Amino acid sequence: MLELQTLSRHFGGVRAVDGLDLRVQEGQIFGLIGPNGSGKSTTVNVITGLFAPTSGKILFRGEDLAAVPTHRRLRAGIARTFQNIRLFGQLSVWQNLWVAQNSAEDQERQGFFARWLGGQGGVRAEIAQLLEFSGLAHKQDELAANLAFGEQRRLELARAMAAKPKLLLLDEPAAGMNSEEIAQLRERILKLRERGVTILLVEHVMELVMGVTDRIAVLNFGQKIAEGTPAEIQAHPAVRKAYLGGDAA
Amino acid sequence: MDFYFGLVQIIGVHTLLGLSAYIVLLTGQVSLAQAGFFAVGAYAAGMLTVLAGWHLVPALGASAVCGAGVACAVGFPALRVKGLMLVIATLAFGEGVRLFFFNFDYQIAKGEIKVGPLGGEGFRQIRFFPENGWSTGEVMVFIWSFVAAAMALLWWFDRSRYGSVLRAVGEDELAAQSVGINLTAVKVSAMTVGGAIAGVGGGLYAHYTTHIEHASFNILLATFAIAYPIVGGLRNVFGTVLAVIFVQGFLIEGLRFLGDWRNLLFGALIVLAMNLRPSGFLGARRRA
Repeated sequence: MLELQTLSRHFGGVRAVDGLDLRVQEGQIFGLIGPNGSGKSTTVNVITGLFAPTSGKILFRGEDLAAVPTHRRLRAGIARTFQNIRLFGQLSVWQNLWVAQNSAEDQERQGFFARWLGGQGGVRAEIAQLLEFSGLAHKQDELAANLAFGEQRRLELARAMAAKPKLLLLDEPAAGMNSEEIAQLRERILKLRERGVTILLVEHVMELVMGVTDRIAVLNFGQKIAEGTPAEIQAHPAVRKAYLGGDAA
Repeated sequence: MDFYFGLVQIIGVHTLLGLSAYIVLLTGQVSLAQAGFFAVGAYAAGMLTVLAGWHLVPALGASAVCGAGVACAVGFPALRVKGLMLVIATLAFGEGVRLFFFNFDYQIAKGEIKVGPLGGEGFRQIRFFPENGWSTGEVMVFIWSFVAAAMALLWWFDRSRYGSVLRAVGEDELAAQSVGINLTAVKVSAMTVGGAIAGVGGGLYAHYTTHIEHASFNILLATFAIAYPIVGGLRNVFGTVLAVIFVQGFLIEGLRFLGDWRNLLFGALIVLAMNLRPSGFLGARRRA
């Protein structure tokens, strides 16, 4: 589904991502972990097109994304959430989901006029479903800026889903959450997989990563130091040393 | 009575100018180019009624098209830059338009006299209203029907997905891009709609003053254009209307009796208004 081939992104002398090879299979939940500054977020930003790669290739369903601008990558089926939440604070919860309906399917379904200048009628059922999914139905008219932290995280996930992605990039979705919220998030991620969404999960919180992922890659200083199933990663000596802390026993 | 009708005309035309900046400001862009589009519309409509003998209504349609066309052409390169760079780029465009009309001669003989734009001396005798016997009151109603149409259009946009997309871009370009919004298309479309509205405003302005010249379309007019939606706030179009009434009706006309002191107070009152209502008269809904 997604393939990174010797992908690099340098900032001046800093090699944020350095020759990364990665293969995410369709239907997988793929974990990307690593210490702070190991290049995880940069990888997400390069995949979504916010940064151009310094070298290397990104293939999505066999197609090279090099020449595809950011907004078109979403249409191709790649959506994301941000590590530091980026909602449209002065729009309502409902409108946040409305503006994100930019999938290829949405663009074909409605005519230009209905899509841009029409009212809210045609999309109501779909947005209601997203609100239901994220437990925000009772807050639909609230401004996004007024939501509590956990609700904002949920809305951001719903907004990414509004684009009907095939591949969802979650950049530290559990940051700042308590264990109850993490359990809910885990449920949601598993539900998304049931719907056929492939997920690349960038995360620090081991309790989440180890519980949901099928496969994990570990980054350190922009390079992949290990890859395998959660059990393999937990047992991997180099990973324990670089990241999980503790002695390599 | 004519004095008040005249004032309401000025407020109407400036409202169109303010609304043209309002839609661009929704996408987070501060543009000083609106006075330039206004000038293009003014000269286009004036030349069509005076030189080509058109009726004013189709001439205003042509103003809208000219304003929109120029705005679209300017929008593509200008909107690649942001913030202060955009302010400077649009300012340069506005001055460029003004200097173009400063040097623009196109006169033809009409009976005994020659009519048409004559460089620095301006474009006199735009006499569609007096020639057709329109009273000041009728002109006022005519102008305000266009203002109402522009307000209705922008109000409709605000209820549509397009309006939400404009605001989303204004709020966070990076996030907007990541949810699949084409920033260039959205910004240029806002600029184009703004250019059309400013063009109509300019066309109306040319006809009620009957005399236009390059100096009318200076940096001060550009500043007013962007000040209206900022002072008025971005919650809806009525903020801009209120701001125009406040500036043109109260600060400029209402304080005329103060003589030279007016200019001093003018600045102070705008600062005061912005301090009391930092996000404009009708600002964004408040955070809890």
